[in-house]
Amino acid sequence: MRTFGLLEKGDISLTKPLDSDVPDVATGFRRPQRSALGRRFRATVTAYGFLGPAMALVLVFFIVPGILLLILSFTELSSANFNDPWSYIGFDNFSRLFTDRFFPKILRNTFFYVFTTLILFNLGLALLLALVTTNMPRRAGFFFRLVWLLPRLTPSVVYILMWRRIGQADPFGIYNQLFPEFLGASGGNLFLGGSPWTFVILTNGFIGASFGMIIFTSALESIPKDLLTAAKVDGASLWRIIRDIKIPLIKWPLLFISTYQTLSLLTSFEYILLLTDGGPGLFTTEVWALTAYKRAFASYAGNSQWAFGATWAIVLVTVALILAVGYVKMFKFNELIEEPRIENL
Amino acid sequence: MRVEIKNLSKAWDGVVGADNINLDISDGDLVAFLGPSGCGKTTTLLMVAGIYKPSGGTISFDGQVVNEVAPKDRGIGMVFQSYALYPHMSVFGNISYPLKLQKVDKAGIKQRVQKVADMMGIGDLLDRKIAQLSGGQQQRVSLGRALVKEPQLLLFDEPLSNLDARLRLTMRGEIKRLQSDLGITSIYVTHDQVEAMTMADKIAVMSKGVLQAYDVPEALYDRPKTLFVAGFVGNPPMNFLDVEVTGSDGEFRARSEAIDLVLPPDRAEKAAAIKGKVAMGLRPEDVDLVSDASPGAAGLTLGGMVEGVEPLGREDLVGVSINGVEMRVLVDKTKGVKVGDNIELAVDTSKIQLFDKETEQSLLWA
Repeated sequence: MRTFGLLEKGDISLTKPLDSDVPDVATGFRRPQRSALGRRFRATVTAYGFLGPAMALVLVFFIVPGILLLILSFTELSSANFNDPWSYIGFDNFSRLFTDRFFPKILRNTFFYVFTTLILFNLGLALLLALVTTNMPRRAGFFFRLVWLLPRLTPSVVYILMWRRIGQADPFGIYNQLFPEFLGASGGNLFLGGSPWTFVILTNGFIGASFGMIIFTSALESIPKDLLTAAKVDGASLWRIIRDIKIPLIKWPLLFISTYQTLSLLTSFEYILLLTDGGPGLFTTEVWALTAYKRAFASYAGNSQWAFGATWAIVLVTVALILAVGYVKMFKFNELIEEPRIENL
Repeated sequence: MRVEIKNLSKAWDGVVGADNINLDISDGDLVAFLGPSGCGKTTTLLMVAGIYKPSGGTISFDGQVVNEVAPKDRGIGMVFQSYALYPHMSVFGNISYPLKLQKVDKAGIKQRVQKVADMMGIGDLLDRKIAQLSGGQQQRVSLGRALVKEPQLLLFDEPLSNLDARLRLTMRGEIKRLQSDLGITSIYVTHDQVEAMTMADKIAVMSKGVLQAYDVPEALYDRPKTLFVAGFVGNPPMNFLDVEVTGSDGEFRARSEAIDLVLPPDRAEKAAAIKGKVAMGLRPEDVDLVSDASPGAAGLTLGGMVEGVEPLGREDLVGVSINGVEMRVLVDKTKGVKVGDNIELAVDTSKIQLFDKETEQSLLWA
């Protein structure tokens, strides 16, 4: 009787233990005998081997600096006080921070900046772009997404300086030259000095939206066509399909983008630093991360207050962690990874 | 609801999905669109649903052309192979969704959903998430969602293809019973000819975007009009032999290097008029095993050697080589046919089919 190659292979792997010292049918190599303990050891090594690089990065670039920051915030370390670096001063830095005259303004600025940019651009515009470009012919959609990605290909300093040129005051700014009058009002009202927040948020939003756009696009494209057909047949309008089907089905990417962008907006300051440097005037567009940076590194009345800067930073890290946990709770993360309870009919 | 499809076509950039389809569906009928994948049956279904816009032709519901009517205004329910249930909604959420969109009041929704769910035998699963259901349960939810809005027309897109064989059998009967009880006109797309034969009032056989035949199941089986229909309908499929049909003195014979059979005149007449080879079709069940071949039976039997035996339970599917020509026939399993046996088969020549090899049209049923 003729036997089939496939059957032979199955036969051996079923009747002989996998690790026994017989030639492997598939490869012809002899497998060495291995004990159960050795196998478990090897599995552990493999697991840590894969986890290792990421764990090392988190340890070196997050855990260790976090601890150092915390220690630093209880000292007086500054460039003026360098000969006595580790003197413990308790919660002095913290009380100084919370009683700072501009603390409420910086806090308000930070939340205004983060959530306005997040909601209008990083989520809102990103979702709008993803929805629009997935509802047009493929090539056109691809082209428009590419256009929106262009700022990402531009060095950020160049990108910001271009916005500065646009927003400069009359008669220099491109905007004010092109539209000396806008809706009856003097165009000069819209320059960088007149409405700085508009420019800060537009500058961040136009580049920030493309990240969400790409993630949302791929999520929307992966929704099975049958579901959309079913919704159309069920009587859903375009708007109801978006509201009832598409958005709930991209909950995961929405969670990811919200969390990621909130945290990155909270900690990003380079755009504001280069665009307005927190001005014009006192703390008009100054955000938390920029304050932390200025206190620690920018010479503040001739003194770099490293410890005080660290205090601003550690509070920011704490706020960021609380927000991250809040997002996970808000999006019912646990429900998303629930075990299915499948039973037979 | 009566559905009329006239000269319906669909093409994308030169690729033809459906080519000049014409068929009428009577009120309350279940019509199966049958064909191999890529034959245009789902394309046609999606045009009836209003998801695809026809490139040409019209679709009418009860005499009203609906080409420009949006899917949501067509009064249709649809069931998918993938079930297409909304994974983020509960069973109740899925079934109630069409009613919610129709702005039915809360009490009305609750009552109608419960009624449909009870009818589908899933009344106690309403608060379940979709991921917590088995395939069969999911297909019931999908059917419930299609039925809850009391549609005029039900569209099925291979609804049973993802279920295991036993469940498919149960659901087949259930869908058919439900459909005839409710009297909803239905279109049922499938590639499974057994499903089509058992469920449909009429079957539309399609191939490469073209409607090959549209008739009641028995007619497709007994009187196939084209070579494709003959080969596609029936399981195991029909055997085809290349023969030359000749007639003299009222006796007609089908001959080739391998065989020599006497054919009844009413079947052979038209084929005899054709010079050269025709395709002779013979269903696997239309032969009988003769235990001892008497010489008098010459011209009525085929002799051959058994090359393979596949036991199907009730009978054996036997592969026979008749002077080098392969045929598959069904034989009573009690005969105990074995590989290598020489057997003699009596052919029921009143059941044979004959086709023009060039036009692929039947030489019996024009």
